[in-house]
Amino acid sequence: MTAFPQINAIWVYLAASPLLGLTITLFAYLIAQWIYARCQFNPLANPVLIAVAILVAVLQISRTPYPTYFEGAQFVHFLLGPATVALALPLYRQLGNLRKLAAPLIVALVAGSMTAIVSAVAIASWLGASKQTIASLAPKSATTPIAMAVATSIGGIPSLTAVLVISTGIFGAAFARVILNALRVTEPEARGFALGVASHGIGTARAFQVSQQMGAFAGLGMGLNGILTSILVPLVVPMLTAWL
Amino acid sequence: MLLSLTVLLLFQCLGEGLSYLFRLPVPGPVVGMLLLLVFLMARPRAADAIEPTANELLRHLSLLFVPAGVGIMVSASALRGNLLAIVLAIIVSTTLSIAVTALVMRALMQRHREGSAR
Repeated sequence: MTAFPQINAIWVYLAASPLLGLTITLFAYLIAQWIYARCQFNPLANPVLIAVAILVAVLQISRTPYPTYFEGAQFVHFLLGPATVALALPLYRQLGNLRKLAAPLIVALVAGSMTAIVSAVAIASWLGASKQTIASLAPKSATTPIAMAVATSIGGIPSLTAVLVISTGIFGAAFARVILNALRVTEPEARGFALGVASHGIGTARAFQVSQQMGAFAGLGMGLNGILTSILVPLVVPMLTAWL
Repeated sequence: MLLSLTVLLLFQCLGEGLSYLFRLPVPGPVVGMLLLLVFLMARPRAADAIEPTANELLRHLSLLFVPAGVGIMVSASALRGNLLAIVLAIIVSTTLSIAVTALVMRALMQRHREGSAR
C-alpha cells in the first residue's frame, strides 16, 4: 500500500476506532444479503457464510488483527443475547400449536439430539480422530456457549468446538432444504424444528427467513436441544468412546 | 422500541443472574427467553408491545452471527490434523440429525392427527 500513503494513513486512523469494524460488518452483510436475494434466497448462498468470507478476506488483505476488528463488531455480536430472549415472542404466538404437538416434539427432539451426538462421535472415531477432537465435536449441534462449556467438561478444546458449531450451523442452514425436500417433509413445524435441533441459531436464522412459524419451531428446537445436549453428552460420550 | 429493548435486556439480565447463581449449564439468554415466555403467558397484552422490536431483531438474526463467524474462521488453524474426519462427521451427522428429527416429527404428527380425527 506504499503507493497510496494517504489511504493507508486514513485506514490506520479509522481502524483504531470501533467505527470501521462495525461499518464493514454491516456493509459485508448487505452485500451478502444482496447476493442471497439475487440467488432467489437459495439457502446455498447463505448470507452468514458470504459475509464471513468477505470480512475474512478484508481483514487478511488489510492485515487487521481480529481483536481490532471485534472492537467495532462487538456491538453487533452483543445483540445475540437480546435476540435470543426475543425468541420468546414467536414461541408465545405458536403456543397453541406447541401444546398440541408436545409429544411429537419431545420424541423428535430426543431422537434428533441422540443422532447428532452418536453419529458425530462414531464417524470421527472410525476415521481415527483424536479423543480431544471427538470430545470437541460431540456437542456440535448445540448453540455455541452451551457447546463450548459441554466440550470443556469432557476434555474437548472450546475454540475448536466453536469452529465446529458454526460450521454445523452453516452446513445445516445451507443444505436443510435439499435434505428435507428429498425426504418429502413439507410440514413447516417439522422442517423448522429439525433446523433448530440440528443447526442451532444459524439454522433458526434461516428458518425465520422462510416464515415466522418455521422460525418459532426452529427457535424452540435450538433452545431444547441446547439443554438436552448439555445433559446427554457427558452421559453418552464417555460410554461411546470406551465402546468404539 | 426503547421500552421493548429494555424489557428484552431486563430478561437477559434475569436469565444471566439465575444461570450464574444456580450454576445452570444453560446460558443466561436461553433462561431469559424461558422467563419472558412465562411472563407473556401471564400478561398476554405485553406481547403486542414487544413484538415489533423482537421481530426486527429476529429478522436480522443471521447478521448477529457474523462477528463470531469471522473470529472462528480467522483461527481455523485449530482444524489441522483430523480435517477429513471432522468434515465428514459434520456433513453426515448434521444431515442425519436433520433427517431423523424431521421424519420422527412428521410420523408422530400424522399419527396425532389421525388420533384426533377419530
